Parts: sequence; C-alpha cells; structure tokens
Amino acid sequence: MTEFTATVTVRLKAGVLDPEAETTRRALERLGFELSALRSADRFEVDLEAADADAAEERATKMAERLLANPTIHDYDVAVAER
Amino acid sequence: MTVAVVEFGGSNCDRDAVRALRHLGIAAERRWHEDGLPTDLDGIVLPGGFSYGDYLRAGAMAARAPIMTEVREAAASGVPVLGVCNGAQIGSESGLTPGAFTTNASARFQCEPVHLRVERVDTPWTAAYEAGDVIEVPIAHGEGRFEIDDAAYDDLVADDRVLFRYCDPTGEVTDAANPNGSTGNVAGVLGEHETVAVLMPHPERATLPDVAKSTDGAGILRAFV
Repeated sequence: MTEFTATVTVRLKAGVLDPEAETTRRALERLGFELSALRSADRFEVDLEAADADAAEERATKMAERLLANPTIHDYDVAVAER
Repeated sequence: MTVAVVEFGGSNCDRDAVRALRHLGIAAERRWHEDGLPTDLDGIVLPGGFSYGDYLRAGAMAARAPIMTEVREAAASGVPVLGVCNGAQIGSESGLTPGAFTTNASARFQCEPVHLRVERVDTPWTAAYEAGDVIEVPIAHGEGRFEIDDAAYDDLVADDRVLFRYCDPTGEVTDAANPNGSTGNVAGVLGEHETVAVLMPHPERATLPDVAKSTDGAGILRAFV
C-alpha cells in the first residue's frame, strides 16, 4: 500500500449563480482592485492509503460523488499525488 | 400511531412542528435521529434548523445519517414525508426530491412573510386549498434558492411536481416576488411519490392562531390527518 493525498476540488457548474463569489468580487473592487470575474471553489485534501494511484483516485472520486459534491449544482475534479 | 418529527443535532423547528401538528389534532412526537423511526408511524417531518451547523452544505450531513435510510424506505412504502426548510435541504440532499437548495441570490439570510401560489390541489399537502389559492407563510433561510438543470426542470414541470411558487399577493409569479432567486420561483416540490414533499417556507409557523400572523400553513400539515 502507498500513501497518497487526493485533492478534490468542488466548484459550481458554469451558469449556476454564486452570490458569495459575487459579494467577494464587489468587496475586492471596493478595495481598489481591478478584476473581470471571480469564481470560488472548495478544496478537500484527503490522505489515504491505496494499492496504486488509480485506486486512490477511484476512492476519492466516489467520495466526491457521494458527499463532497452535489451533482445537481457542482462539478468536481480529483488529483492524486504520492505523499 | 404518530407523526415522527426527526430531530438532528442543530434542528430547531422540531418543537414548533410538534406543537402545530398537535394543534390540528394530529398525534406527533419528536424523535432523536439515533433512535430510528418508531414502528407505529403515521408520517415523518424533517424539521427546520441548522443540522450539523450546515457543514459542507445545508442538509448534507443529516441526509447521510443512518435514519435517512429508514426515511427513504418509509417514503417508498407510502408513508407521508414532509421536509421544511432545513428539512427540505435534507430531502433534496438525500435524493428524496429533485433539485438543490443553495445560497440565496441576495447572499443574505432572509426572514420574512412570503406569498405562495398553490400549483396543484390534488395532493395530500394541498388538498385543503382551492386551485390558484395564494397563501401567506414565512421563510427563514440563507440557502433556499432552488437550483435544477434545465432538462430536469422541464421534467419537473411536465410531471406536475411543483407544489408552490413564490408569488405576489395577487398570485402573479414575478421576479419581484421571488425572495431568493429560485428557478421558476419554485418554493416547494413533490418527490417521486406525491406523498413526499419539501418546501422552504415554514407551514408550522403559520398554523397556531395565537402566535402566527397567518394560519394559511395549516392546510399543508393537514396532510397528516
């Protein structure tokens, strides 16, 4: 078994309104920053042991599908690295 | 026989729901989620509140609690299930009902009376109303914006599973009357069976004449009579 860190990034699907990001964007503009858009995302770092990177990615993907993301509103991606 | 009002850590409308149901002559009791559902079950209410502190997403944790397996089985066997506010979020997170409830378009918590148009009256939840009735029921949520993809929304409408839409006092469904940016002004929907329903507004806060501005919500709870 090898130790991995699976990084799961969960973000709203394109086109789904993100009021918190919009509020944050306005606050940055009030601070004098220039920007065109701002998107937010949640990042989960999952330490786990698995036989290989594929197995680690498969398990982390299931975690995303069953809990970390809500498929109605979210897309997600999974990146695995040896720890 | 009793209606079980399921209490999770962070539920806070469970007592209100029990009191409102009893006011209508319906036997009801709070049920701690770890104790499972009672055997003499007439119905289930998933009450409002902030279960598990809204960690991850509102309703996400409670939706994966073991009792929800029992709730889904009961729902499949025809036991009426009503999710209110956080209970609606739990219902959608658990797959009992379609769509998702997420951050209000205003990005603010909103606590205010709203008007709802009753979209169909041939369900247990709306049998007390007349077609096109407008009822006044309060909302109190930060994550009540109903989101659903376009194809699933078309199916929802085609299947006639929208129960309530936010509207103005005359029953017009307008953007101005949409408190949270919900798709199609949807405030409440049916699950796969018409005995399963969720809504963001609080019928239990519009039932008791002594404390409520309106008692229009009582008709929804009468589904359990």
